[in-house]
Amino acid sequence: MFKILEKQALNPTVTKMVVDAPFIAKKAEPGQFIILRVNAEGERIPLTIADYDREKGTVTIIFQIVGATTEALNHLNVGDCIHDFVGPLGTPSHIEENKKVAVIGGGVGCAIAYPVAKKLHEMNCTVHTITGFRNKDLVILEKEFRAVSDKFIMMTDDGSYGKKGVVTEALKELIESGEQYDEVIAIGPLIMMKFVAQTTKPYNIKTTVSMNPIMIDGTGMCGGCRLTVGGQTKFACVDGPDFDGHLVDFDEAMERASMYKPFERKAYEETCNLFAKEVQ
Amino acid sequence: MPNMSLNKNEMPSQPADVRNKNFKEVALGYTEEQAVDEANRCLNCKNKPCVGNCPVHIDIPAFIAKIRERDYEAAYQIITQASSLPAVCGRVCPQETQCEQKCVRGIKGEPVAIGRLERFVADWHNQHQQEKPQKPESNGHKVAVIGSGPAGLTCAGDLAKKGYDVTVFEALHTAGGVLVYGIPEFRLPKSIVAKEIETLKEMGVKIQTNMVIGKVLSIDELFEDGYEAVFIGSGAGLPRFMNIPGENLKGVYSANEFLTRVNLMKAYKEGGATPIQHAKKVAVVGGGNVAMDAARCAKRLGAEDVYIVYRRSMEELPARQEEVHHAMEEGIEFKLLVNPVEILEGENGFVSGIKCIEMELGEPDESGRRRPVAKPNSEFVLEVDSVIMSIGTSPNPLIKSTTKGLETKAWGGIIADEETGQTSREGVFAGGDAVTGAATVILAMGAGKEAAAAMDRYIQSKQ
Repeated sequence: MFKILEKQALNPTVTKMVVDAPFIAKKAEPGQFIILRVNAEGERIPLTIADYDREKGTVTIIFQIVGATTEALNHLNVGDCIHDFVGPLGTPSHIEENKKVAVIGGGVGCAIAYPVAKKLHEMNCTVHTITGFRNKDLVILEKEFRAVSDKFIMMTDDGSYGKKGVVTEALKELIESGEQYDEVIAIGPLIMMKFVAQTTKPYNIKTTVSMNPIMIDGTGMCGGCRLTVGGQTKFACVDGPDFDGHLVDFDEAMERASMYKPFERKAYEETCNLFAKEVQ
Repeated sequence: MPNMSLNKNEMPSQPADVRNKNFKEVALGYTEEQAVDEANRCLNCKNKPCVGNCPVHIDIPAFIAKIRERDYEAAYQIITQASSLPAVCGRVCPQETQCEQKCVRGIKGEPVAIGRLERFVADWHNQHQQEKPQKPESNGHKVAVIGSGPAGLTCAGDLAKKGYDVTVFEALHTAGGVLVYGIPEFRLPKSIVAKEIETLKEMGVKIQTNMVIGKVLSIDELFEDGYEAVFIGSGAGLPRFMNIPGENLKGVYSANEFLTRVNLMKAYKEGGATPIQHAKKVAVVGGGNVAMDAARCAKRLGAEDVYIVYRRSMEELPARQEEVHHAMEEGIEFKLLVNPVEILEGENGFVSGIKCIEMELGEPDESGRRRPVAKPNSEFVLEVDSVIMSIGTSPNPLIKSTTKGLETKAWGGIIADEETGQTSREGVFAGGDAVTGAATVILAMGAGKEAAAAMDRYIQSKQ
């Protein structure tokens, strides 16, 4: 059992939790993930590690409430326990010193992009950050990003905050204005990462994306998280989650992510109804 | 006077057309009268050929003699001297190629139903014996076991009996390894596995779940933490695919994923939190026990047509006879001498069919089985909406890649001494599928047992 030490709503649909998990905190690196189960009957879901504190023995997760499990997780409070919490899984992000890097975060993906930006900043890299959200209400981690970025651009789909438009427009503008990046790191929805990779391809800029497919065990056992990368099958849980964005077959990944859509929608509605009844 | 009937007492079972719609246990177990009647078929041979063919050397005629005397607890005690998991082995061992294969009664007629008798004794004990096992006196030595499958649990049990302070590290959230994620409820109820693990805990074995050794702790760190010897029983968990077009379509599963969703995550239960596709027509590729399990699960999830697609003939099919027999009774169709070449895409990225080619058997290959060869221009399409790949698994590289000096074979199997399980690293032993590649529960148990004895000798010799 893993105790929740802090809980904070970052926006109406995104929650941050600090969890007591000393073994994992001791080993965690940016880019790695954990798998959790909310209760004894729960499903296993992967969440990327947003932060860790080796001394306090804590691991931070940031999640968007998108389905039954994240809804149930969000109903836990400080002092409650998460039934299972296993990690650190996956291969850590490869981060080099003294580079010029553009970090692109989309929506809740910013939760994972932030520790990467922070680490780059600590390693003396020049960090240009572009974040994209649907609207102003959904913005998270702006202050944190500004603190570790040499340049920061905020984009919203509806223009309610920052510039109106998508992240790729801002990225293209920066590249065309003469910024020369050693690497672009994109973390967000599959469709965003696909278009970031398409944007950087003509300029031949190394582009890394973080994949988060459906998985069960997270140790290479089920193969449910398989992706096609450069024509070869890879398991995101052990070979990733970071991959070369120019080699990932995003269309296949998006198709595979929709495998259980009808089930997930129904389970989410049922869970919401259940919690609504409890409130009454 | 021995019972000279040529046939085994039949196992009472759920009727095929009832059980293929539920996940309850198929075989119901002998009644006391059936067990005693079957025990009377044993001739109590002096040279005990059955014992020599049991990987853990259970004194089979001795426990059967106790059944004849209706002293079932004594029979149980005889079995547990050799085996830590009798209720499991009685259900899933391939007896026809082990103990029962050498039974003298099998020369003319059927052998004694040793597996069914073992199960009867274990179930009788679990139902009638409330007394908890004695916790052995501690010898003050700490050992670690990685993996809580049959090899790890056996090793842990044997070491605990000798007084060791044993900690088992399990990567998943529930202990049991393949016994809980792989073998389905209808063949091995999970309550039975849980009971066997409870017995180990009462003997003092500690089990830490959610611990992926190689990630959260390395083997070197276990030694730093004071463990004096380590047993690796991490199994063969990495699924193989065929590398044919269409394998990443929606509806294609590895048998590992499909069975883990069904068994460990309970996706078969109404209202379960973990989703699974309820396909109407399913092709399971492969012919082992895992393929039979996957096919029978798919049927129980509501599939109308389930095919086993296997590239050799019935004679080479590696699954236990009983599983093949049960699968056939339940309406699984066998497409033999057939090999998939492509999985076809239908609407929305889901599977619509599997294109196969007919095979014929040529010369024997290195495994001694006749090599299947494709017949030119014999392609045909089986219409299916799900494909389950059950063509084998290999050991997970996680421990190898994080343990310096631990040598493995090219295909990933840990190199370990056959008799002792000793690896290339001092104090590190290994056994089960992590060493042999995918094999059986009882072989893994045999390896766990031998490694436990070797670990004991290793630690005692250091004194």
